[in-house]
Amino acid sequence: MSRHIAAAAIRGSHKIVADAAEALNKAVAAKGADYKFEFPDTAFYLPHIFGMTGTKVETLGQMKDALDYAKGMLSAEPAQNEYLPYLGETLDAGQATLFAEEILLASRYVLGLEPVVEKIDGNDFTYNGFISDTILRDLGIQLVDGSMPGFAVIIGKAPTDEIAVEICRDLQQRNILTFLCGNVDGDSVTKQLLRKGVDIGWDARLVALGPETYHALYAGDWACRGALTFGGKKGGDALAVLKYNKDRIFAFAMVLGPMSDLIWSTGAGAITYGFPAICDTEVPEIRPTGVCTYEHVVSQTDHKKIVDTCIETRGLKITITKVPVPVAYGPAFEGERIRKEDTVFEFGGQKTASFEWVTTKELSEIEDGKIEVIASPETLAKIESAAPGNTVRLPMGLVIDVAGRKMNPDFEPVIERKLHDYVNCAQGVWHMGQRDVNWMRISQQAFGDGFRIKHLGDIVYVMVKNKFPAIVDKVQVKLYLDDDKVKEVQEQARAIYKARNERVASLNDESVDTFYSCLLCQSFAPNHVCVISPERLGLCGAYNWLDARAAYEIDPTGPNQPVAKGDCTDDVKGRWKGVDSYVFQNSHQTLDGFSAYSIMDAPMTSCGCFECIVALVPEANGFMIVNRGYTGMTPIGMKFSTLAGTVGGGVQAPGFGGIGKYFITSRKFLKADGGLKRVVWMPKALKEALREDLIRRSEEEGVPGFIDMICDETIAEDSEKMLEFLSEKGHPALTMDSIL
Amino acid sequence: MSEEKKEKRKASSIDPCAVDLLRYAEECNIPTAFSRSDSLKPCPIGAEGACCKICAMGPCRLKSKDGEDALKGVCGASLATVTARNIARMVAGGTAAHSDHARDVANTLLAAAEEHTKDYQIKDVEKLLAVANNFGIDTAGKTKNEVAKEVAEFVLKDFGQQKGEVSFIRTATKKRQELWREHKLVPRGVDREICEIMHRTTMGVDTDPEDILDAALRTSLADGWSGSRIGTDFSDILFGTPKPIKSEDSLGAFQKKHVNIVVHGHEPTLSEMIVVASEMPEMIDYAKSKGAEGINLVGMCCTSNEILLRHGIKSAGGFLNQELGVLTGAVEAMVVDVQCIMPAIADVVKGFHTKLVTTSPKGRIPGAEHIEFDELHALDVAKKIVRLACDNFPNRKDTRIPDYGKTMIAGFSHEYIKYMQGGRYRGSFRPLNDAIISGRIRGLAGIVGCNNPRVDQDSLHDYLVRELIANDVLVVQTGCGAHASAKSGLLRPETMDLAGPGLREVCEAIGIPPVLHMGSCVDNSRILTVLTAVAQEGGLGDDISDIPVVGIAPEWMSEKALAIAFYAVASGLYVIFGVESPIAASPTVQKIMSEGWEKKVGGKLEFIPGKEDILAATLAHIDKKREALKLRKYEKGKFGVEKVLLSMADRRKLEEAAHAHKGVGGV
Repeated sequence: MSRHIAAAAIRGSHKIVADAAEALNKAVAAKGADYKFEFPDTAFYLPHIFGMTGTKVETLGQMKDALDYAKGMLSAEPAQNEYLPYLGETLDAGQATLFAEEILLASRYVLGLEPVVEKIDGNDFTYNGFISDTILRDLGIQLVDGSMPGFAVIIGKAPTDEIAVEICRDLQQRNILTFLCGNVDGDSVTKQLLRKGVDIGWDARLVALGPETYHALYAGDWACRGALTFGGKKGGDALAVLKYNKDRIFAFAMVLGPMSDLIWSTGAGAITYGFPAICDTEVPEIRPTGVCTYEHVVSQTDHKKIVDTCIETRGLKITITKVPVPVAYGPAFEGERIRKEDTVFEFGGQKTASFEWVTTKELSEIEDGKIEVIASPETLAKIESAAPGNTVRLPMGLVIDVAGRKMNPDFEPVIERKLHDYVNCAQGVWHMGQRDVNWMRISQQAFGDGFRIKHLGDIVYVMVKNKFPAIVDKVQVKLYLDDDKVKEVQEQARAIYKARNERVASLNDESVDTFYSCLLCQSFAPNHVCVISPERLGLCGAYNWLDARAAYEIDPTGPNQPVAKGDCTDDVKGRWKGVDSYVFQNSHQTLDGFSAYSIMDAPMTSCGCFECIVALVPEANGFMIVNRGYTGMTPIGMKFSTLAGTVGGGVQAPGFGGIGKYFITSRKFLKADGGLKRVVWMPKALKEALREDLIRRSEEEGVPGFIDMICDETIAEDSEKMLEFLSEKGHPALTMDSIL
Repeated sequence: MSEEKKEKRKASSIDPCAVDLLRYAEECNIPTAFSRSDSLKPCPIGAEGACCKICAMGPCRLKSKDGEDALKGVCGASLATVTARNIARMVAGGTAAHSDHARDVANTLLAAAEEHTKDYQIKDVEKLLAVANNFGIDTAGKTKNEVAKEVAEFVLKDFGQQKGEVSFIRTATKKRQELWREHKLVPRGVDREICEIMHRTTMGVDTDPEDILDAALRTSLADGWSGSRIGTDFSDILFGTPKPIKSEDSLGAFQKKHVNIVVHGHEPTLSEMIVVASEMPEMIDYAKSKGAEGINLVGMCCTSNEILLRHGIKSAGGFLNQELGVLTGAVEAMVVDVQCIMPAIADVVKGFHTKLVTTSPKGRIPGAEHIEFDELHALDVAKKIVRLACDNFPNRKDTRIPDYGKTMIAGFSHEYIKYMQGGRYRGSFRPLNDAIISGRIRGLAGIVGCNNPRVDQDSLHDYLVRELIANDVLVVQTGCGAHASAKSGLLRPETMDLAGPGLREVCEAIGIPPVLHMGSCVDNSRILTVLTAVAQEGGLGDDISDIPVVGIAPEWMSEKALAIAFYAVASGLYVIFGVESPIAASPTVQKIMSEGWEKKVGGKLEFIPGKEDILAATLAHIDKKREALKLRKYEKGKFGVEKVLLSMADRRKLEEAAHAHKGVGGV
């Protein structure tokens, strides 16, 4: 930290602390000191302040106290000569800045100024503002499985719009989630992207937080909660929270354009998190390492190299599969939509016959890498006629033949389910659904860039070969485009789909002797262990037993390992000697084991990316279930985000647990605690999503019509009303044995 | 040095203020330590450790041209026995000095905790709690005075304890503690070890040189890991833990129109009160009533370091400046307590108006005025002394205050060194360890200890500091070594321009000089604390003996320096002493203290007279340790680390990998 940086940062801190005080005074004047405030959808108060101090700031008055604390971290600017040391003082000033920015933004929320809405090129553009707990958890699995290996915070504006687009595309292609904030004389990367028609949003992995430098704090708030939710770190254990970020959250700041005191100061705060700053201007560098893993401040004036420099400086390894298609490819393009009028080719979607099917062949039957477009001359002529403004609708039979010595028909659906992601990652190509209800579009833009139907085959070929190298030795792809042929092969596929359904239904925990672990989340939650059995999928919903088995075959030393069940010690609670000893070892001796079928006695732990939370409702003698994405109140008086705070981080909390959505309709669902019949409340949307299975399962449980006895938020959000409803409906839980 | 050169040598200094005043002394024919050292040669037998005078059958002079075994004492004692006994007794003397100083500070803490005095309070609660935590003292729900009382009583036991281990041993690395226990080097009690050395080395007891030297190591550990540590930590609790502060160090620190009071010696208890008294409006008014513009308090020697680090009180330099200060004619009172006070001052003041005031019941000097200090009436005593100085102002005659002043940044406590590497939340030793691993910093050196008129004042300190920082070695200093660098302006951040390119980058990142002033000679304990933290941070082995670090006392003279050397060696350091070797007579003893100790405790003590040789040995040792750690070979201007880029699979394994030896970015 040169003296120059220290002086600027410390100046910046004094200024922002004063600004925060002013904004807070305005908020207090408007609402009073007792006014309660929380950021939208978070259980962590003012997350950064909570993370550092453990203080639960809930009112404007408490913000004043927190700001006073921040003032205690300010020191004088270092002298020109014969100065006192400044690094520790500057980092403290950086922390004071983060405190002040958080209070400033909270005050702005109170005053109705956040998220910022700005007129950009005649349209109202709404910035993201605060990042909710829900989004943090939604992204959970991507944070750990490598599909989102890093995070960039871009502050400022690129020299030209083109460079802004290039840098963001580069980040997108490397799967990095990018936050945008700050401005240079009112212009910013956000505006540059909008001018160039680049999609901004979570799906595109480009999130505009706000137009000012201090909006970067939203990203810091997000990182801080990573440590609290996934890392199981406690608010107030500042060192643990910050070191967790240094070691596990691979974020960095990219500063485009001139530096300001506030940027230096915010950067100093970021450095305490282990996040370095890479600037596109000539700045004094800080190359010695130690607070960050590698350099702290680096200058890279060549915009073609800046993304590489960022990634290296943060110590990030990103492997990207190069897909030979003429459009950009990466998860950042997964969520992009293609409107009907922008479509050149369209397949399926109930308008034409369409299906996709992965099928196992003998090695000798496959010519590796062969992509065949099978179409009659008439169809080909129709394809030729495709042009902007003229959407061509075609049937599509996407058949992927795979072969490999370790290939097993059980892996076919595992690969098949991935087709959705693979196809969607191409910019200008859109995919939805699966099996014989799939639907694809290719955009005019992609077509203009040279994307043709055959390229769908190229994508599938390259991705399947790359992602399943241990089980797939050869792949060939057939694209049937004639209606009669599509319908003919579709029938064969349907017979297989049916057989697979029966196979899955026949799998149960008793019929196998091996479960699989999932330690994927240990990069974030070091002591958490998932054990996946045929009847209990991973809590994130992303891995069932077959997936985990395939993953093990693909990478025998990877995060999914076989767990020999061993002797069953309790078949009601679901405990096995082998599972317990595996859990003991892999939770780093923090857990003696757990019960697969109980949430009351030694339940399975959670990392933080659970789809749903099950929670005890003692007065109803049952459980409620709330899914991620439901932001309303629940009958136990806690929102999902608050509840989630008590469940994550690899800690056992009897009465609470994270689960995958489909576990609810498993026969083993809380079997030891009374099973499905104990469920007294769940959000309506969740109930609807599981409707068919719930009806089937309640009939099996001998309670037909049970689904209508489950309360939801349209009936009651509070305990009293819910109980009224349950007694009115004669809910079985009320008369079951006491759960406690 | 050849005989011929020795004849011609005239003791001098590289400090221009000292040179000016020495010229004046010569003109006026005032003897000083400098001139006396020219006329009084060291006793050639005693200097090399070959004189035994512990009984009346001798003294026996065992020096022979025919080798070590040629002569025996009347009792039959070998030269090795005699040399070992002599140095062991010196170590006991040094340990006694530091520890008795500590005893007074500990008693003051107890008096403050029990509220027997209003003059002292617990100033640094954070440090108090940290020290209490070392000993597992439960602090919950207790007042600071209650905690302080427990801490003081817990530690006061160290002095008279007969069995067990002294308190701070437990704060060393695990490995070191085990090593000490294995070799029976853990001190049982401070007084017991010192007493035992005196017994062991009296006529007709221990004659095995290795056994005697082991006992001396154990005794020295009672200094480094008890006495000195108490001195440092308890002073911090009472008077505040130092953090960087700007001040000046020069014989030019005296002010022409102010009452100049020098506090000289070692203990902070009285000097802290004199700081308070000298700033009291009533005292300043009193000074004005005597015709002065105010009161100018100036420190000297290690008393200076204590009040410099905590209050920024200006310094007039170290040990060899004490007579020279009087020569300025500007000192109204020279107030002394214990250690390194030259009796010569009583003679020097005779020609000036300066009053010499002794204050310690342990240290009286014929001819001095004695105003006895006691901690229960500390401020009253301090005020009395300040008044005495003011009363003396009208007696001042001509003054000759040199006009060379240098600023410095001092105050690098172990706590601040940790803080400066990451602030309140992320403070650690990771950046320092990273810098050593990456080769930005080649290694560490502590250049400490005294001045000795047998070499030009400060010349070896200055040479070594400049050379080592140019070679990317980060230097820490205490005691008179720190005064030497302060006076030549090396303790300013601008000195980074003289540092090698790697060290410079680190200095620039943190905003520090490449030479860190860590305090008084008692505060060498801070160096042990820092090195322990470096070892525990990971990446540089797991004990002090693994770290590329050297301790040097190039201009030593005091028994205390030897005690420090011994405890540093016992803690795993390579220590080099310049000037004369008190073991020169016995190759056997030299071998035990170098090769033997290196095997036993991982550190060694060598006496090397030439400055170039000291430098070469320092760099060679640092490079040897780097190699043993498999760190990149040091090359000036070439540094950095091979980055380990982490994939998701690597990140999942972080938990298992999080242990020492991981190196940069590992933990």
